[in-house]
Amino acid sequence: MAVAALRSLLSQAYARAERRLPALTRLKAPEPLPIALHRRRIYIVPTRFGLGFGAILATMLLSALNYTNNAALLLTCLLAAAAFNSMLLAFRTLDGLSLQAVRPGHAFAGTPLPVDLGFTAGGRARAALRLDGAGDAQHFALDANASADVRIELPTETRGPLPLPRLRVSTTWPFGLFRAWSWLSPDTRALVYPRPEAHGPAAPGADSEGERAQGGAAGDALAGLREYRAGDPLKLVAWKASARHANLLVKEFEHPRDRDERRLDWHAIRGLSHEARIARLARWVLEAHAASARWTLVLPAETLGPDAGIGHYHRCLAALALLP
Amino acid sequence: MTPRPSADAHLHPATDAQRALDRRAFDLLCLAVAAVLAAHVPHLPLWLSPALALVLAVRWAQRRWRGGRVPTLLKLPLVAALPLAILAAYGTPFGRAPGSALAVGMLVLKLLESERARDARSAIAFGSFVAMSALLFGQSLPMTVLVALALLPMLATLQALQPAAAMPRFAHAFARPALLLAASLPLALVAFLFVPRLSAPLWGAPGADQARTGISPRMAPGDFIDLLTDDRPALRVAFDGAPPPPAQRYFRGLVMWRFDGRAWTATDAAPSAAPEPLRPQAATVAYEVTLEPTGRHWLFALDTPLAPPADATMSAARELARARAIDAVLHYRVVSAPQRALAPTLGDAERRRGLQLPPGFDPRARELAEDWRRRYGGDAHAVAGAALALFHDGGFGYNLAAPPLGRDSVDDFLFGTKEGFCEHYASSFVFLMRAAGIPARVVTGYQGGYWNALGGYLLVRQSDAHAWAEVWLPGQGWTRYDPTAAVRPERVVLGAAAGAAGQGAWYQADWLQAARNRWDIVNRLWDRTVVGFDSLRQRGLLTPFGVERADWGALAAALAALSALVLSASLLLALAQRDRRDPLAAAQARLERRLARAGVARRPAEGPQHYFMRAARALPAQRAELHALGEAYLALRYACAAPADEPLRNYLIQVRRFRPRRVVQ
Repeated sequence: MAVAALRSLLSQAYARAERRLPALTRLKAPEPLPIALHRRRIYIVPTRFGLGFGAILATMLLSALNYTNNAALLLTCLLAAAAFNSMLLAFRTLDGLSLQAVRPGHAFAGTPLPVDLGFTAGGRARAALRLDGAGDAQHFALDANASADVRIELPTETRGPLPLPRLRVSTTWPFGLFRAWSWLSPDTRALVYPRPEAHGPAAPGADSEGERAQGGAAGDALAGLREYRAGDPLKLVAWKASARHANLLVKEFEHPRDRDERRLDWHAIRGLSHEARIARLARWVLEAHAASARWTLVLPAETLGPDAGIGHYHRCLAALALLP
Repeated sequence: MTPRPSADAHLHPATDAQRALDRRAFDLLCLAVAAVLAAHVPHLPLWLSPALALVLAVRWAQRRWRGGRVPTLLKLPLVAALPLAILAAYGTPFGRAPGSALAVGMLVLKLLESERARDARSAIAFGSFVAMSALLFGQSLPMTVLVALALLPMLATLQALQPAAAMPRFAHAFARPALLLAASLPLALVAFLFVPRLSAPLWGAPGADQARTGISPRMAPGDFIDLLTDDRPALRVAFDGAPPPPAQRYFRGLVMWRFDGRAWTATDAAPSAAPEPLRPQAATVAYEVTLEPTGRHWLFALDTPLAPPADATMSAARELARARAIDAVLHYRVVSAPQRALAPTLGDAERRRGLQLPPGFDPRARELAEDWRRRYGGDAHAVAGAALALFHDGGFGYNLAAPPLGRDSVDDFLFGTKEGFCEHYASSFVFLMRAAGIPARVVTGYQGGYWNALGGYLLVRQSDAHAWAEVWLPGQGWTRYDPTAAVRPERVVLGAAAGAAGQGAWYQADWLQAARNRWDIVNRLWDRTVVGFDSLRQRGLLTPFGVERADWGALAAALAALSALVLSASLLLALAQRDRRDPLAAAQARLERRLARAGVARRPAEGPQHYFMRAARALPAQRAELHALGEAYLALRYACAAPADEPLRNYLIQVRRFRPRRVVQ
């Protein structure tokens, strides 16, 4: 009880301090990449273990002085100096580290969104770094002059642009006595796709699977002729046309799935709320992409397609995500 | 050059302290605890250290090969048995020895429940305290080095506890802690020199329960035997001039008057009387004594001191003493007269004390003394000569393994065993003198010592402990007689080792002894510079800077100032960014800075070729030079993957020499 009360009091005081003290809030403003850490933005405080170790050192100092034991005093001074210098090492672990790239992944609302953060080490090795952001924490280490991608996952709730939360990169290297940390607020935004509805009617134009037969079936529209390549089936050779040419020619038909064209129309959906329409369109886009179909997405302000493929898929979902 | 994201990072993201100890960290932790245990072995009870070592080894093997926790049913009895065993061994739970034995035990038992990073951290923090407490039992150089070495596995353990830390080879785990400790030495030394020392202890009486070694205020034949085999240093003496000859190296400690038939004691000395008058008969000797802690009050000085050193008093019989027991290495300066006459007149009280003998002991010795008294009348010198002749010619031998003596100890020795060492001879000699009606007393102290020519000081060991006699001669006063010298002159001239020649154990071989005597220089240096650095010498530290007898505030200010100096130096080092760019890029940057000052700054997104051309146009006086530089740069940068050494060096020299001349427009 008391601990919880104290903790909430502490976090209140911390939030207040962040509001009041410009030094703490200065680094909350998003900034462009690359972000290099330097001495003005690296903070250091002792860890809880560091405080306890300090208390032990104080006890050692007092007893060495009390017993006028110079060897013990020398040892205590040595250990204290080493502990102190470990603070400088902690600082050096962060100093010069830079965040070069932020590559947000894709996620539907409600599922975690992976973000890859590209760090480069600069001239010295960085052991035992830790990245915290939005409840996720990652440990990583970098060799000198190396770079690494660290992936964190952000929780998502609603569709739309998601600004990256403030990230904290910290280290307690080498002895866990001091924690050095710095805030990173890259001005990169991730995009959260709308959550597709779970069930609902199929999209208009989505045919049953059986109707789409393999290439070369009767009734396919002839698209053109091309030169014979080893491995083409003999029944596709256009013998009559080949007789007039030096080489064999082969008939080319339009690909069967090209015919499977869907029109995913915002206006065709009625009787649903704004968000439910978006959810349905998102499901249709998903299904169309899964069926390798061509589709056209008609939105109130724009029309996307007809097209197919992964690029079209992401464009459509992004457009849905950004709908007002 | 590969990143090392940790494999298990995702499983326990937020709880560093709860992470299980990996094998490396546990190995290092066990090593650290073993090192702390080793530092404590010299003072632990004989059975305790092997028992703790066994627990440690079994626990290490168990976690390594079987894994899993130690069952509580096994842990609890061990934890309960430890305090009981220590209580049984020491009889009390209080004090330095049982306290630190308990601490070492707890530290070893802590391993039994160390499964997580947090356990290891608290074990290390506690362990550093326990390691330091080993120094409370002896601050010799080897011990200090051992404890300092124990810091290495401790720091290595803390480092191995870091998440995502790369796991280097076992030996490499110590590299960074060792480097860090070495780099911390300057700061540590500044702190050591200037941390203000306490003028009085805050608690406890330091050294109260320390085992007492050295000369005791009671002397019975055979008591010295522990001392005579103890090779530890007792005192070191640095003379201002040449050292006195070996036969004069008598270091006076206590004068013993009272004999109870068995033992001589110094207890009933008159405390407040003025020192016996002294007439030096040759040049005096000035010297500085470095006394190892004894836990006693008295000091030792070359026979016979003229005046007490600062903080000490001198008794009537010219014994030196301090008000507080000597618990730390003590330096003091004395001036002595090796050849002197003491107390030409003898008061009645002194005479009575000098003739006291317990009634009903040693009838045959009394008879012999009566015989001498009749034969030589009142001639004390002749009686003493007769006693020395008896020792020299009467078949007496010098033997450290003297047979035990019965109730009439003097009779037993003189007419029975005839084997003994300084105590036996001094005791019998004084007995005979007193029985013959001549005032005499026993003096204990050290005699001899090893002259360390390299260090320029005399090393006196506990094994140089000695007892001799002083006889009051009319007209001359108290005169020193050493009956041991009558039996074995080498003991006095060549020292204790020669006296006991052929009787030492194998580890007292001559060459080993010689090596140890040389090694003592290091110990002495350690004692003088580190162990003996007391508040008095600390106050003198600032004298060269015009601060006489610096007080607490001045020391604190000096500490702050010097620490700040050392810290800013390390901060600068920490902030230093090593320029890892290749020399070509660095040279190019320099050239661009110079050209920018001359008014030709490189534009963003301007290629080097265009930039050099523009610079050549802007500085027509140096057109040719700039063309050459540009071509050389382009060739070095783009013609090959890595520039060749020779052209690169030429280019660097050209850049260094190039000075743009500003054009007046």
